[in-house]
Amino acid sequence: MSSPSTSSKLERFGEHMRREWQLYVMLLPLVIWLFVFLYKPMYGLQIAFKDYSIFRGVSGSPWVGFEHFERLFTNDQFLRALKNTVVISFYSLVFGFPMPIILALMFNEVLNRMFKKTSQTIVYLPHFISSVIIAGIVITAFSPSAGIVNTVMGWFGLEPIYFLTKPEWFRPIFIGTGIWQESGFQSIVYLAAIAGVSPTLYESAVVDGASRWQMMWKITIPSILPTIIIMLIIRIGNILEVSFEMVILLYQPATYETADVVNSYIFRQGIQAGQYDFAAAAGLFNAVIAFALVMAANTISKRYSRTSLW
Amino acid sequence: MTNMNLYSRGDKLFVIINMVLIGLFTISTLYPFIYITSLAFSTGFEARAGNVVLTPVGFTIEAFKYVLADPQFWVSYKNTFIYTIGGTLMSLAFIIPGAYALSRPQLYGRRFWNLLVAFTMWFNAGLIPFFLNMRDLGLLDSYFGIIIGFAVSGFNVILLRNFFESVPQSFEEAARMDGANEFQVLWKVYMPLSKPAIATVALFCIVSRWNGFFWAMILLQDEDKIPLQVFLRHTISTLSDDQEFGNSLLDASYSFETVSAAIIVCSIIPVLIIYPFIQKYFEKGILLGGVKE
Repeated sequence: MSSPSTSSKLERFGEHMRREWQLYVMLLPLVIWLFVFLYKPMYGLQIAFKDYSIFRGVSGSPWVGFEHFERLFTNDQFLRALKNTVVISFYSLVFGFPMPIILALMFNEVLNRMFKKTSQTIVYLPHFISSVIIAGIVITAFSPSAGIVNTVMGWFGLEPIYFLTKPEWFRPIFIGTGIWQESGFQSIVYLAAIAGVSPTLYESAVVDGASRWQMMWKITIPSILPTIIIMLIIRIGNILEVSFEMVILLYQPATYETADVVNSYIFRQGIQAGQYDFAAAAGLFNAVIAFALVMAANTISKRYSRTSLW
Repeated sequence: MTNMNLYSRGDKLFVIINMVLIGLFTISTLYPFIYITSLAFSTGFEARAGNVVLTPVGFTIEAFKYVLADPQFWVSYKNTFIYTIGGTLMSLAFIIPGAYALSRPQLYGRRFWNLLVAFTMWFNAGLIPFFLNMRDLGLLDSYFGIIIGFAVSGFNVILLRNFFESVPQSFEEAARMDGANEFQVLWKVYMPLSKPAIATVALFCIVSRWNGFFWAMILLQDEDKIPLQVFLRHTISTLSDDQEFGNSLLDASYSFETVSAAIIVCSIIPVLIIYPFIQKYFEKGILLGGVKE
């Protein structure tokens, strides 16, 4: 029973496909890839509610409801990992967020182009170096016998410290490394925002006799404030995203107490200890909260950018 | 800004202090690399005693000799090249046609297809389901698994789609008049016009492949297939457990520290070689990708 309008719709669709089939041929591999490698694992997330056995597979394993989640929320190690994730993110935000802004403002005040270009080239570089190498450098530099940090401390008569086995040192080292590695690169976004500030603003300020310091505070910073706020919202939305690869490379059992984050916990419980269903439950919890935060951040930043940028 | 030649004494002081601070920041970025390089060229004895600060002490290339004599180093170097080149080509093969199709206004369900890509940037199933899926697909311990399993990133698709969308329609009209089909329009009109954007995506792929570590560590057990980053990690963690490592403790020409440093130097060099190309494109790339949806 097809009404004339649906059949003409179908006809139009058929006509469209005859003409444009090539587009769908181009799209198909991408869509198949997304389903096989990203959407199929989402279907596999159901093992968070199952007693997963390798032999029965994802669909065949029996349901157990919220059993894994109940275990999760009474598990001290998981709660500790959750707390560590938030604490590490929070301190990274507090200490790491202002740095690229300051750098961009400073780069903007450099008049010598050669100097500016050279130092930019250097400070962007660590972003492109792998975490294994960065961790290797950190491990070497902070080593108790040979490391430069303990050598320098020795000059001042301080006792050597085996930093990477000390829980109280993990966070400063981890967060400091992150700031060292990423600040330069993150300054690019702010430099682009600064480049968009209208030159006439500066011209009239110069006529009024403003100093460069005053122009920075009265013109540059207010002009890039929308960008700063959007970046801040995005950062807060990603608060559960701690680069756990770096955590895994730098932590050891002695520092789990301050270092273990949700994803490194999932990695140990799931992949190393083989508790797939339990670890998947932790992952699902993490992903749902992260998704909600990112969505909230997107909505807020969209609303904010609509009202204040245009 | 031509007005900048008009500045007062206060401004001059400000500019100078600013330059000094930037100089310090730049040096502190560079220093760890200098330190590691000097360590690699120092004797094991001096390195172990903590005497290397800025330049090599007791200059020697013994650590490099040790590293380069290890067949596993060359195997993993070769593997990294395979993953980087194969993976990047695979990524482009999926991303370029896909992004082109997504950029066409006449595509049916365009919003839906775009959402399908964007959603993967906001939500992912996480480590365990991804790992189990790779295992179920029989892609553990496989070159192909590493190459195809990480081919697409939603960010790169959207970056390229945004670029294709910004190409004015008028460019393709002549080709359409000549009866070109979609493949020909993509190949002859869009690809040449989008060289900078494609180069950006390719460089992002190259860098992430070269640096890829975690999944290679998880998915590859076979030592013949591991990439350089995994080899480096193995070396650092096994040698650091072996406190006695070195050719002789009293007069060691190499030690754990200098050997680790030498591998680090060897694996940074290719990144430094392509870095000028990266730099040419990535600034534009980030800003293009930043304008999502």
